[in-house]
Amino acid sequence: MLEIRNLHANIGDKEILRGIDLSVQAGEIHAVMGPNGSGKSTLAQVLAGHPAYEVTQGTVLYDGRNLLEMDPEVRAQEGIFLAFQYPIEIPGVTNAYFLRSAYNEIRKAKGMPELDPLEFLDLMEEKTKIVEMDQAMMNRSVNTGFSGGEKKRNEILQMAVLEPRLAILDETDSGLDIDALKVVANGVNALRRPDNATIVVTHYQRLLNYIIPDRVHVLAHGRIVKSGGKELALELEERGYDWIPGAAA
Amino acid sequence: MSSAIESLVNKEYAYGFVTDVETDSIGRGLSEDVIRLISSKKNEPAFMLEWRLKAYRRWLTMKEPHWGNLHYEPIDYQNIIYYSAPKSVKPLQSLDEVDPELLRAYEKLGISLNEQKKLAGVAVDAIFDSVSVGTTMKEELSKYGIVFCSFGEAVQNHPELVERYLGTVVPHSDNFYAALNAAVFSDGSFCYVPKGVKCPMELSTYFRINSADTGQFERTLIIADEGASVSYLEGCTAPRRDTNQLHAAVVELIALDNASVKYSTVQNWYAGDSEGKGGIFNFVTKRGKCAGVNSKISWTQVETGSAITWKYPSVILQGDNSTGEFYSVAVVNNHQQADTGTKMIHIGKNTKSNIVSKGISAGHGNNSYRGQVKILPRATNARNYTQCDSMLIGNQCGAHTFPYIEVQNNTATLEHEASTSKIGEDQIFYCKQRGLSAEHAVSMIVSGFCREVFQNLPMEFAVEAQQLLGITLEGSVG
Amino acid sequence: MSEAVDALTKVGMMVADAISSENSPRASIEAYRRDFDEADKSSSEPQWLRSMRRSAMDTFESGGFPSMKNEDWHFTNIAPVAEHKFQPAKKGAAVSSEALARIEYGQDWHTVVFVNGRLAAPSQGLPAGLTITSLASEIEGDTDLIKRHFSKLATPESGTFTALNAAFAIDGAVIRLAADTVVEKPIHLVFVSDAGAEQAATHPHNLVFAERHSQATIIESFVAVGADVYFTNAVTEVFVADGARLSHYKLQRESQNAFHVGTLQVHQARDSRYESFSFATGAELSRTNVYTTLAGDAAEAVLNGLYMVDGKQHVDHQTRIEHVAPNCPSHELYKGILDGRSHGVFNGKVYVHPEAQKTDGKQSNNNLLLSDQARVDTKPQLEIFADDVKCTHGATVGRLDETALFYMRSRGIGTSQARRLLTYAFAADVLEKLELEPLKEALEAQVLERFTS
Repeated sequence: MLEIRNLHANIGDKEILRGIDLSVQAGEIHAVMGPNGSGKSTLAQVLAGHPAYEVTQGTVLYDGRNLLEMDPEVRAQEGIFLAFQYPIEIPGVTNAYFLRSAYNEIRKAKGMPELDPLEFLDLMEEKTKIVEMDQAMMNRSVNTGFSGGEKKRNEILQMAVLEPRLAILDETDSGLDIDALKVVANGVNALRRPDNATIVVTHYQRLLNYIIPDRVHVLAHGRIVKSGGKELALELEERGYDWIPGAAA
Repeated sequence: MSSAIESLVNKEYAYGFVTDVETDSIGRGLSEDVIRLISSKKNEPAFMLEWRLKAYRRWLTMKEPHWGNLHYEPIDYQNIIYYSAPKSVKPLQSLDEVDPELLRAYEKLGISLNEQKKLAGVAVDAIFDSVSVGTTMKEELSKYGIVFCSFGEAVQNHPELVERYLGTVVPHSDNFYAALNAAVFSDGSFCYVPKGVKCPMELSTYFRINSADTGQFERTLIIADEGASVSYLEGCTAPRRDTNQLHAAVVELIALDNASVKYSTVQNWYAGDSEGKGGIFNFVTKRGKCAGVNSKISWTQVETGSAITWKYPSVILQGDNSTGEFYSVAVVNNHQQADTGTKMIHIGKNTKSNIVSKGISAGHGNNSYRGQVKILPRATNARNYTQCDSMLIGNQCGAHTFPYIEVQNNTATLEHEASTSKIGEDQIFYCKQRGLSAEHAVSMIVSGFCREVFQNLPMEFAVEAQQLLGITLEGSVG
Repeated sequence: MSEAVDALTKVGMMVADAISSENSPRASIEAYRRDFDEADKSSSEPQWLRSMRRSAMDTFESGGFPSMKNEDWHFTNIAPVAEHKFQPAKKGAAVSSEALARIEYGQDWHTVVFVNGRLAAPSQGLPAGLTITSLASEIEGDTDLIKRHFSKLATPESGTFTALNAAFAIDGAVIRLAADTVVEKPIHLVFVSDAGAEQAATHPHNLVFAERHSQATIIESFVAVGADVYFTNAVTEVFVADGARLSHYKLQRESQNAFHVGTLQVHQARDSRYESFSFATGAELSRTNVYTTLAGDAAEAVLNGLYMVDGKQHVDHQTRIEHVAPNCPSHELYKGILDGRSHGVFNGKVYVHPEAQKTDGKQSNNNLLLSDQARVDTKPQLEIFADDVKCTHGATVGRLDETALFYMRSRGIGTSQARRLLTYAFAADVLEKLELEPLKEALEAQVLERFTS
């Protein structure tokens, strides 16, 4: 589904990604871990098309097509979803309106009819249950005045509504208490299907107790320096990163 | 900030055309003779001329104020034409006599003066350069006893009302620009709503500057008598020229016992080009007086035009239980500068004021909110709520907040909220990542930001204001 | 010339007068010095601590008590504390289980009791991952932990009362939460002043270490059981590691004639969440400082409070949120209810460092004056040195809504009941934020009760 080859990316003059190779198949969950400043979040942002980053080398194929040529909104319409590390606030725009606009844009791109507000309300009633969210949240401004946990939950709700083929969770677990973490993890697990894939970017091993990855990758200095099964995460928790060749500071 | 945000594209100003009509102008400069000439051209009674001359003499002793956070080349007041009127405008019996060229000009602005094609439920007074060219729906309004006409006509037909109320809210000596206006104003709108009458439709004035080098000095006076209510709209445009033009208007509102006046403005004077060349200097004094008990005055403004805006629609809360409101969206792009806000002067008991100000700065624009809340000793149980939000687009622009709070009565309740935020790549990117286009994202973010103010605009204007905002900011992001 | 010399001599004499006077700040500082030197002489504490205490005492002595010219003390006259000669506290008696149940609102919590500043009853049966020791035992054992952290956040240099505390603190709680530990039951630290604390000062000093991804609720209660006039000068230092979450409630219910100064200093690492709630209803004069530093990315701080005073009580809260790292939200809501001739002070500062982009700061302080003589001074402040932030602040001072009162009376509700309900309604939204249900109910009941008369 996703083929990343020798991906290099800069922010300003600074090279952050220095040759990433990663292949993700439908139905898989990949975890990307690594020390602070290793480039984890950059990888997530580059895949979603953040304009601050410049891709200097390499290719990314998504279903055989050149992902890097697509605008961010086209990527979204094609089924790529990024759960933001720091979800953005949009005061004055209700969560319901925002999500319905996004949902309808994506449906339009697929040539499907748009949902009217009432139909959308029914859909929301079903989806808010997945993340155990109060429906009243839908009438509040997007992420405005939300607690950290509410923002992260809201990201998963958006994911549940937009039903992406490739979801990238950028440190969605950070700042969550253990109960909220379980809710988020359950949401991700509930949305897992044979034809979609998830990349979980995380700073802490804790999340991977609840979302079991097929593969774990260690990112350091802009490269993947080690890959393994789910047991690699536990080893990282115990031993840190310094024992891995290429990961030492 | 990325080059994307810096690449400010200036959308063509849609109202920049010039209309070719013969005008009756006087020479440049200002003197007592000029004032006498204006007064005689308007065929005014003696009290008007005296008032004008008093203002002029006072003006001569006054200094141009420079406390605003505004920077501009000095204005040469002797190089301005103080009177210009379309020649055809002599006493008109009906709108059919209006120069077709003028009617076409207003058609182009989307304002129909033709009674048959009148905007649904809106009466319009059209001011072209300094003179009213026509007022619609007059007859309909007169059934209710409502006087809605040009200021000039009011002086001729209702001199007693004019003499009684003119300058009672903004005295001839109030400030430099107000004194200048009092001396030379040539026309404007006048409205009187008699006791107990709720005005059945929106009233509207559409201001248009056309001639080059003329200053525009109109004066609006609105009186809501006991128990009356009226909602009033004002729109403004001007041609694209590379010299600056002066606009120094005065608006006075009076609400007597249990009366209410709602005054909405969509100000879209020519703002100058993307280099900051040309544009209107907009120095305006707007003030309302809640003279009676339980009265209410509400200002709503959407300020998107002008090179310079200096404007503080204020309310004097004199009557007990009276309410003053100010809702404002001020947008600056390119090299525009705005120093705007309000004054709420609490004099009566249980008076309430509400201020919501939203400033948006893009390009090299500079936006200042300047607001005063004053609670005088007699004003027990006064309440004020102020919310002041600034949004920055790009990093060459500025937002400044200058609140002044003066409390002389300790039973007052004051609440103040302020925020500054930046609309940037991250917000746009978030929306795009959810499948929305950049334009959709910007309009969504900006209208969300301005929501509380738009909610207070009359329906017809809310749509226009929202579109205007989109145009002013077009190309400033993404 | 001679006149000038005369005048100078006069001034000199006046100064000398002030020094010798029994009830002057100078005299009480001298008394603190004597008490300190005496304790120091017989001290068996580790050398590093003794020299640290000496320097703290010097700092206190040379700085003296703050005057109202000091910006941080502009609305609070500390003279009643400064001019009072407090003794060192005597050993206290055991607290009866009935008294304790009242203090705990009948709840079963992990409780540690200190009487007159000394550990009286340690907590039993703590869950795995949680350890609670006493400061005294840590000092006795000269542990590395105490050496590294004692008075390192709330330094003697940061203020008169932290200096005084560092010089005199002998006991307090040391709480450690191991990584990933989730403690369900609240940890309750009770500081009781009994008859042995009458006319005396105590200086409790607590340390809290919440390791990575740990979660707990800590309550600190300050109460009197038999003491009337005394001075509590407490310091709590809190370290919140990556991803840890701590709720910290302080219940200041000292006697109505007591004096209370408390400083809470918190350091937050990335992804941590710290929630503080300060409930202040006791003491003739109280000052509570709540300071937190958001040092790591995406750390979140919530500072709430409710103060409720009457008579001639004076209650002062000072909060400071230092946004050092980017992407940190902080939310603050303080509410005050003031009756009689009481005086409330709120001084809240949100300081956004240049690197702290994407800060989201919200601060508000609302006050309700129930009488014409009650007074409040509120000063919410923002200092922002980053350019991409969202900060709001607001303050209100109001009275009970006469029309609402009238409305309720017109529906048959008596004046006092109507006032009570409206007062309760005013406090409701901040109490609503308390996540600990039994505590929320207890405080709600207390608000309703307080204004029954």
